[in-house]
Amino acid sequence: MKVLVMVKRVTDPNVTIRPNTDSSDVDLNNVKMAMNPFCEIATEEAVRLKEAGIASEIIVMTIGEKQSQEQLRTALAMGADRGILIETDATLEPLNIAKLAAKVVEQEQIDLVLLGKQSSDKDNNQTGQMLAAIKDWGQATFASKLDIKDDKVTVTREVDTGLQVIGLNLPAVITCDLRLNTPRFASLPNIMKAKRKPLEIKPAADFAIDLTSRIKMLHAESPQVREAGEMVGSVKELIEKLKTVEGVL
Amino acid sequence: MTILIIAEHDNTNLKDMTLNTVTAALAIGGDIDLLIAGENCQSAASEAARISGINRVLVADNACYKGQLSENVSALIMSIAANYSHIMAPSTANGKNILPRVAAKLDVSVLSDIIAVESPDTFKRSIYAGNIIATLQSSDAIKVITVRGTAFSPADKNGSATMASLEQVHDEALSMFIRDDTVVNERAELTSAKIVISGGRGMQNGENFSMLEQIADKVGAAVGATRAAVDAGFVPNDMQVGQTGKIVAPDLYVAVAISGAVQHLAGMKESKVIVAINKDPDAPIFQWADYGLIADLFDALPELEQAL
Amino acid sequence: MRESMEFDVVIVGAGPAGLSTACRLMQQSQQEERELSICVVEKGSEVGAHIFSGAVFETRALDELFPDWKKRGAPLTTPVTSDEIYLLKNAQKAQKLSNSLVPKTMHNDGNYIISVGNLCRWLAEQAEAMGVEIFPGFPAAEILYGDDGEVKGVITGDMGIDAKGEQKSDYMPGMELHAKYTVFSEGCRGHLGKQLIKKYDLDSESDTQHYGIGIKELWDIEPGKHKPGLVIHGAGWPLNKDTSGGSFLYHADNNQVMVGIVIDLSYSNPFISPFDEFQRMKHHPLFKSTLEGGTRVSYGARAIAKGGLNSLPRMHFPGGLLIGCDAGTLNFAKIKGTHTAMKSGMLAAECIFSALISPTPVSNELTSFTENFTNSWLYEELHQTRNFGPAMHKFGTLLGGAFNYLDQNWFKGKLPFTLHDKKPDHAQLKPASSCKVIEYPKPDNSISFDKLSSVFISNTNHAEDQPCHLKLHSHAVPLEKNLALFAGPEARFCPAGVYEFVEDPQNDQKQLQINAQNCLHCKTCDIKDPTQNITWQVPEGLGGPNYPNM
Repeated sequence: MKVLVMVKRVTDPNVTIRPNTDSSDVDLNNVKMAMNPFCEIATEEAVRLKEAGIASEIIVMTIGEKQSQEQLRTALAMGADRGILIETDATLEPLNIAKLAAKVVEQEQIDLVLLGKQSSDKDNNQTGQMLAAIKDWGQATFASKLDIKDDKVTVTREVDTGLQVIGLNLPAVITCDLRLNTPRFASLPNIMKAKRKPLEIKPAADFAIDLTSRIKMLHAESPQVREAGEMVGSVKELIEKLKTVEGVL
Repeated sequence: MTILIIAEHDNTNLKDMTLNTVTAALAIGGDIDLLIAGENCQSAASEAARISGINRVLVADNACYKGQLSENVSALIMSIAANYSHIMAPSTANGKNILPRVAAKLDVSVLSDIIAVESPDTFKRSIYAGNIIATLQSSDAIKVITVRGTAFSPADKNGSATMASLEQVHDEALSMFIRDDTVVNERAELTSAKIVISGGRGMQNGENFSMLEQIADKVGAAVGATRAAVDAGFVPNDMQVGQTGKIVAPDLYVAVAISGAVQHLAGMKESKVIVAINKDPDAPIFQWADYGLIADLFDALPELEQAL
Repeated sequence: MRESMEFDVVIVGAGPAGLSTACRLMQQSQQEERELSICVVEKGSEVGAHIFSGAVFETRALDELFPDWKKRGAPLTTPVTSDEIYLLKNAQKAQKLSNSLVPKTMHNDGNYIISVGNLCRWLAEQAEAMGVEIFPGFPAAEILYGDDGEVKGVITGDMGIDAKGEQKSDYMPGMELHAKYTVFSEGCRGHLGKQLIKKYDLDSESDTQHYGIGIKELWDIEPGKHKPGLVIHGAGWPLNKDTSGGSFLYHADNNQVMVGIVIDLSYSNPFISPFDEFQRMKHHPLFKSTLEGGTRVSYGARAIAKGGLNSLPRMHFPGGLLIGCDAGTLNFAKIKGTHTAMKSGMLAAECIFSALISPTPVSNELTSFTENFTNSWLYEELHQTRNFGPAMHKFGTLLGGAFNYLDQNWFKGKLPFTLHDKKPDHAQLKPASSCKVIEYPKPDNSISFDKLSSVFISNTNHAEDQPCHLKLHSHAVPLEKNLALFAGPEARFCPAGVYEFVEDPQNDQKQLQINAQNCLHCKTCDIKDPTQNITWQVPEGLGGPNYPNM
């Protein structure tokens, strides 16, 4: 079974992001970048499938600027077999990401796509669902457990009311949630080996897909700082305010 | 403009987030249809018909919509999508699971988790873990949108919409529902509770957190804690609210004996109403609170419990 | 049994010194067509994440290392255009010093205002392009010794250990990195450098090292106030006459300024809080006029080794070299350490390379380094300014400043005597009972801020469940000595709020709470703790601040 893992280069979740000076976008000048944490989980799951003898090959792909190779190398160091970078300096929307990924899925004859449920920068939570739609495959989002037998996969999903268990026919797209696994650290020898694993770079333009953005960012701002409210003199007064003025009790 | 809202429900009852989504749709303007897809969902449908501002309730009642399987519900939506300028859903696990699939089929983008409507094509959403509010304009013919419930007030329920049923069944046979393992929580979940009461290191020990729990149980609140309280070993790590813990945005957040470290504020500053109870009048939390009470927790908490 | 890997050279720390070593080694390797395997380990999550410096940068070493640095796109974009020094008389008044009264070392013609973090990111690119293996997120946790007591490499830190010391599900043991030569370039008060100095008695012939703490913020200011290339240095207020140090404000590019303070850690009043001194300093009209209306972007702190030549330990030992600020090559008279650190790295590389290609067997101790060093401009520069720091300590800021003016401008540092300063900084604190309590003003949240909101914008993080990396040798000492005698100075000298004395409700007594997650890796606690009870160790890899553009 050939598994495709999609990973994304994002700003490090520990770094606080600010708008740029003219508030037209965010300021990413020399901000530390990292692999999206949910993508690490997807990579780990793929590696475990290979270790369990279920996956035969793990291809990791990303779409983005040249430096996104760093994140592919991280995935290769964790255990993926080879990498594909679709290079573009443009920030693509999930729809266009999904269209490019669908091409890779076809070219590589992929049986299962694993990716994070969302990225920690834009929090869109769309790409996996869109890829499944384009391919007309089944999808399981928010996966916290996978069980693959023959051409069927049973997935436990984290939903608002608890857990939902569904079955899918392969090929399928699965997006990974936090509790699916704890990703391993890449070891030094594996990081060095990863530098020699095959990594193919393809310009996005070669795919002959219209990658025009549908959504335009008009403005980026910091959230409003809360103003200090009023001091109350007693518990009684507090409850009164919460009941009558705010209506939250 | 005509707007389609995908309702969130459990077949028996309508979920409140649907009402917030209706308010967002009303801000866009135009006729609003509401879709209820499920199995034996007539009861939820009748409830939906009472939402003020709704034109029609469309009901698709079939076993293949059990568990809101994305493949089937998306196909159902696709069968009517061309009639609408906007397709919206609350940003719940279902909404997020279904709408991007619909959008890709329509060859349009999705605006996820919007927090404000600026105009029929311009919306605000929060990105980079809440550090940036982006204003975004969509050029797509059909706008597909998920809505953050806490950012909009709920619509009233004194309307009477007409009901129509969608008979054609869309079973894609790509996936199947196996079962729901609904988690029964004794106490509300931190991230979904309407009220959260949190304690800081000023609680002094783990036992004192029971005072918070008693109040929480009276009002159906969840109990949280600061990193300092977790580090001090008072409570387990999964109760931590903050940048490295859980991010919460309840209607009411009560911070007891919490100084107000930025790390903690980052996890709760989106709450609608923030109350701070602290004996230190200089505690930074008072700069962030809508209501502040300078009091010792051993006086204030028993009084609060009595009064509720 | 740990896994191991072999290299020709292992370098600890991807700062200016370590990266210059790596680059110079590879340049020689290419010239002589002799293949080399070089590995650089770095505790920060990326190169530059932990780099923290002023900085006004002198290009002398960079000119030698990469004469074509402009073409290679080195991040030096803001030349110093003017240079002003003020004496701050009180909270309101400042007097500008006429240029002729300023020690020559403080002039900055031809220098650049840079982010040393970005310089390191660029140096790392040059090194990697030449084939150096750089591993960010892998701290060197321990020194590996051979049978004859020589250094034979380092062990990287274990990952995935919980707070109790148990292995977690993602446990990954550290690795042994073996090298013919190991270069330690951890920066000021490196935790391994400290062990090396002790083990090999490297400081037997030098004075004790002296330190300062530097605290800096990066601000976006109103474009109308921005004067790219303007360098301002201040002395005097808010520091009193017993506390030496100085303030700075550099106008970088992109409407940003760097504002900061350096305070000598030889201060004696335990109530001094460097963080609060800095916060109130910004309210002086000299700084406030620039900062007002702007936004604070980032915050950080780092100790600096400022003892100069007198305090410089022997830099060679069997199996390796100790270079840059890890040894103490900073030129305090210029308040610059980047070019000197780089030069020390280049000298190290030249020494190591000739040993590696030597046709005859050579000793594993590179004694030739001392000769190379003594014959270099680095030594000459440090020798000229050797009296600067001790004069400040001995005579105070005013008289010391006068001495330095004469020494540097009239005698060019060639006065035939050397001032020595032998008392370590941690021994300088006086009992709290004999000192004046200092009441610092509250932050106004527009110019000045509290510690925790400052740490927040340093983007500091450490994995939650891991052993505390700040080791207390005795758990009784913080209360019995530090608190009882010195009123708990660690709560004040730590610029990140790591140390807190809190009430223990069980017995109404105070206890020391260590918030290790806040740690900025500045090393001040390891230096200034009056009882030397705190040892700074490396936390799990990737932990610490994530400084952008600092």
